[in-house]
Formats: sequence, structure tokens, C-alpha cells
Amino acid sequence: MSTAPTTGGPRATPPGRRQRLLGELRLWRPLDLLGVVAAWTVGALLLLVAASLLLYMGIKGLQYVSLDLLITRPQPGADQSETGGILDPILGTLMIIAIATAIALPLAVGAALWIVEYSRPRWLARVVESGIEVIAGAPSIAIAIFGLAIFQLPIFSWASFSAADGGGVFGRSFIAAGSVMSLIALPSIFATTREALQSVPRHVREASYGLGKTKWATIRRVLLPTVKPDIATGTALGMGRIAGDTAIIVLLLGATLQLQAGSGIPGVGTLQGTGSTLTSYVYNNSPTGEGNAPEKAYAAAFVLMLLIIGLNLLVAGIGRRRAGTDLPR
Amino acid sequence: MVEFPPPVRRITPNGSPNVVDPADRQGMPEPIARATRPSYGPERLRIDGVSIHYAGTERPAVNAVTLPVRQGEVLALIGPSGCGKTTLLRSLNRLVELTPGASRQGRILLDGEDVDHLEITRLRRRVSMIFQQPNPFPMSIFDNVAYAIREQAMRRPGKAALMPRVETALRRAGLWDEVADDLGRPALRLSGGQQQRLCIARALAVEPDVLLMDEPCSALDPISTGVVEELIHELRENLAIVIVTHNLAQARRVGDHVAFMYLGDLVEYAPTEELFTRPRADRTREYVQGSFG
Repeated sequence: MSTAPTTGGPRATPPGRRQRLLGELRLWRPLDLLGVVAAWTVGALLLLVAASLLLYMGIKGLQYVSLDLLITRPQPGADQSETGGILDPILGTLMIIAIATAIALPLAVGAALWIVEYSRPRWLARVVESGIEVIAGAPSIAIAIFGLAIFQLPIFSWASFSAADGGGVFGRSFIAAGSVMSLIALPSIFATTREALQSVPRHVREASYGLGKTKWATIRRVLLPTVKPDIATGTALGMGRIAGDTAIIVLLLGATLQLQAGSGIPGVGTLQGTGSTLTSYVYNNSPTGEGNAPEKAYAAAFVLMLLIIGLNLLVAGIGRRRAGTDLPR
Repeated sequence: MVEFPPPVRRITPNGSPNVVDPADRQGMPEPIARATRPSYGPERLRIDGVSIHYAGTERPAVNAVTLPVRQGEVLALIGPSGCGKTTLLRSLNRLVELTPGASRQGRILLDGEDVDHLEITRLRRRVSMIFQQPNPFPMSIFDNVAYAIREQAMRRPGKAALMPRVETALRRAGLWDEVADDLGRPALRLSGGQQQRLCIARALAVEPDVLLMDEPCSALDPISTGVVEELIHELRENLAIVIVTHNLAQARRVGDHVAFMYLGDLVEYAPTEELFTRPRADRTREYVQGSFG
């Protein structure tokens, strides 16, 4: 074995990278070598699972998806040629994502700012923090059934439709599902924002206070722009969870085939009404569901996957725009 | 008031008799009068019997310090780590209040006015601060300075309206020529020395009366340090400057007066050359000669 230093010293013929790597590996202890092999194997296996999932969904999806399918409304029918497309579930998914994110984003960012920057009163801050942790850990079906109980209360009669004879409140609508769905996205936005704020060094805040800036000016002009990419990451994660959740949709959106307005008011009526998302559509059309139309289930799942990937790219793009140059004025 | 043992015993565990007698400290303000030179302007900041305690520690971080800061002079605070010089500095614009559990006794007068009676945002614009670590905001160079200028007004002034003041500040900090071609560059892409000068520009942009510097060169290379020290020389014409430094050579280079602190006490305050060549307290002599620290 050569005693020459591995770096520096000129050599007549520099060995190739592969040879050098193998030479280095020979110096390793057997247990370390085993560990490296194990790590690579596990990593490759996981990658294989993910790749085959994407590939399988891609092949199946591309096989069944068509423009026609995307832009026609679903219809009830005995035969698959009569049951139309997936326009309503696509719209429903986008609406739910929009409503839930619009609620969750300000709440989560506000809560994180309060916890990190103010944290007064301390006991309340602790309660809020552990409350959000509980929500993060709760199964969405449990959150859904709780939400249903809430939105069936008479004071929420405006949020969905009621039985004509003045009976019970239906409790299922885009408003109800979107509101409850915001709880699914809230913990991830909260956690990433909080962590980002905590990682902003103290001297950055002091620099701002040292210039005679108020706490609010510091938050608005320094801290929020600094943590914007992290908020975007958390939001992308949250949107993914929203788009992927089925339990809340089945219980609180009704999972009806078509968008069905809850009242005659245009726009608002749709929000008060029921509908479905891609997840509930997949569920209902999968071989285990009621519809047993796997082709459409595959197509819808493929679209859902693309949607989530697209959302992630979009939000990541927004977040990656450097906080340096485009500070809001 | 908690009774503190005189610093003597802690300073010299070996029992050598160099002592700063508490009685000696009593007479501390005296050299101030002696030091006054006609070239200095009026007294801008007066530290009047300031003590600072941190909750949970018995000994005050700063113990009954009285010091004047005059227009046109640089006051250098020196002393070993933990002697309270940074704490004292941070109390001058009430930044120390951000530290939980910190409390201050004594008065700090800015142009004769108690700083506790000033609105805190206004105080911090008049007494602005440069930190040890260059800490530009993660924004563009322009925005770093503009952020300091912008008031919390309903209508925010635009880029063009702010440009003259931004340029003036960057010129005063000696950074303009290096960054003028691209003010939209992120500040964090600048070198360490440039970042620190940007922080100085930012602090100057608010047109302060007093500039506080907390070891402004400790994170910089020797060349950048030279540039910043040169800057301090130029700036003191229009400002009162208080600088905390670990670097005795630097204190000697930039300071007009030097205050030596030890374990929260002000041990000696004198014109720079006097303190370095003819220190009155033995503790000071040992420190400036490098016997401890």
C-alpha cells in the first residue's frame, strides 16, 4: 500500500475515479462497508417503489386520460360509456384547495408569528402550540366527523342547505369541507413558518430594532420576506395533503357526482352546495368502490398526481424568487 | 442593594496587591475634566450611574458606571470578556431591554434628556447601532438602506425619492463606489467587510447623533478592519461614537478616550494615550500590558 498522501503529490498517471473509490473502500472497516451497502440498497429500493408507482400511474393514466374526459361533466349511468368525464371533481379539488388554503395560510402564519415573536401570554401560546400538534396527529376521519357535528348545528345553516320543512341542517358543503380541510393544511404551514422564524438569527431582529423600527415593521419588512420561501414550502405540503384527503370530502362535501348548488344565489350557491374531488371520485370508481370503473379511477388518479406535482412546482417557484430583490413596497 | 465584594480579590487570586480601591473609583469623574480638549464638541450622551442586572445572576453586569460621550470624539470601551462593556453599550439605545430579565438603574441622558422619556423608536434613530456580526437584511443593497429611512407612513416614498439619501449614506460609509453599479444586488452577496460597511451606511442613513459600535471589526479581515477604522476617524467629526473593542491596538488607534471596565465596574477612564502609557490603576496597567485578559 502506498504511503503517499492521498491529496496533493503529483503522480505519473492519476487513477480514475472508480479506481480511487474502490481503493478507498478497501480501507474501510467491514461493518462500515456493510452499512454503506445497506444504506444504498434501502435508498435504491425506496426510489424503485416511487419510480414504479409513478410509472404505473403514468402508463395507466395516459392510457385512459383524454381531453374529452377532462372537460365533460360526470353523469350517472349504467354503462361506462355514459358516465362522462371528471370535470366536476377537478373543479371540486381546486375549489377545496383554494378555500382551505385561504383559511389556513393566514391562520398558520399568524399563529407562528405570535408564538415566536410575542408568545404572550405564555400559557396560551403553549396551549395553541400543543393544540396544533394534536390536530397534526389526528386522523382526518376523526376531524371530519367532528366537523360534521359542528356544521350541522343550526347556527351554520347558512353554510349548507337545510331540509325544506325546516328540519335538520345538512352540514355538507364546500364551505364546511373547505373550513375543516384547512385544519389539515394548518399544521404543516405553521410548523415550517415557526421553524423558519426561529432560525432567523437574533441579530437580524436587533438590527431592525436598532434602527428604531417597531416590532410590526420588523415582522412585515424583514421577517416575513425572509421566511417567505419556507411559508411557500409549508403551503405546498399543505396543499398536497388537502388534495389527497378523502375522509373529509366523503363526510363533509357529500362526494356527490356533480357540483350541486345549495341555493339559488350564483357563486355562493355552489359554495353552499355539495360536490366531489378527485380523491372521492377515485374512491367511488375504484374496484372496491361503488362504481367499479377502474379506467376512470386511474385517469382521475393520474390527473390528481399531476395536479399535486404542478402545485408543488408552482409554489416552490414562488418561494424560490429571492427574497432579496423583490421585497414588497 | 446587594453588597458586592470589591473587585480586588477576584482580579488577583494570587493576592498581589494591585487594587482599585472603591474610594479610588469614587473619584472617577475627575479625570473627565482634565481630558476635555477644546476640539471636542458638547456632551451628547451622559451615562449617569448606570447599573444593569440580569435576572438570576447576583452580580450586576454593569455596576454604577458614569461616563460622558462628547460630540466629535470616539469613546472606546475595553476590558476582558464578560466585563459588561457590550451590555453597557446595548443599554444606551435601550436594546438591552430586549433581553428577558434585564433591568437597569441609573440614568442615560441624550442631550440632557432622559432616554426613558423618549419614544423608543425615536431614541434608536438618534442613537443607532453597529453590531459585532455584519447583519444586513436579506434584501437588496438599496433596500437595506432604504428600509432604515422609511418611516411608518401611510404613503411610502418611492425608490427615486429615497435615492439621494441612500446614496449619501453609502458614500459616507465609503461603500458607494463599490456598489453603485448594481444596488439591486442582494446584500448578503457582499464580502464581510462590505456587509459591515453597508450596516454602517444603514445606521448612518437615519442620521443619528450617536453611533454605537459593538466590536465592529471582530468578524473582519485586517484590510476591511483598516477601512472601517479609517471610516470611524472620518465619521467622528459629525457624530459621537462609542465603540466596544477587544482589540487594544484598535482602541488605541481609534479612541480619543478609553474606558477600562472589569467585572462590571468602570476601573479607569482617561484620554487614550494617557491610559495606555500612564495608567493610574494597576489593574488597567496589567490589562493593557497583556498580563491578563
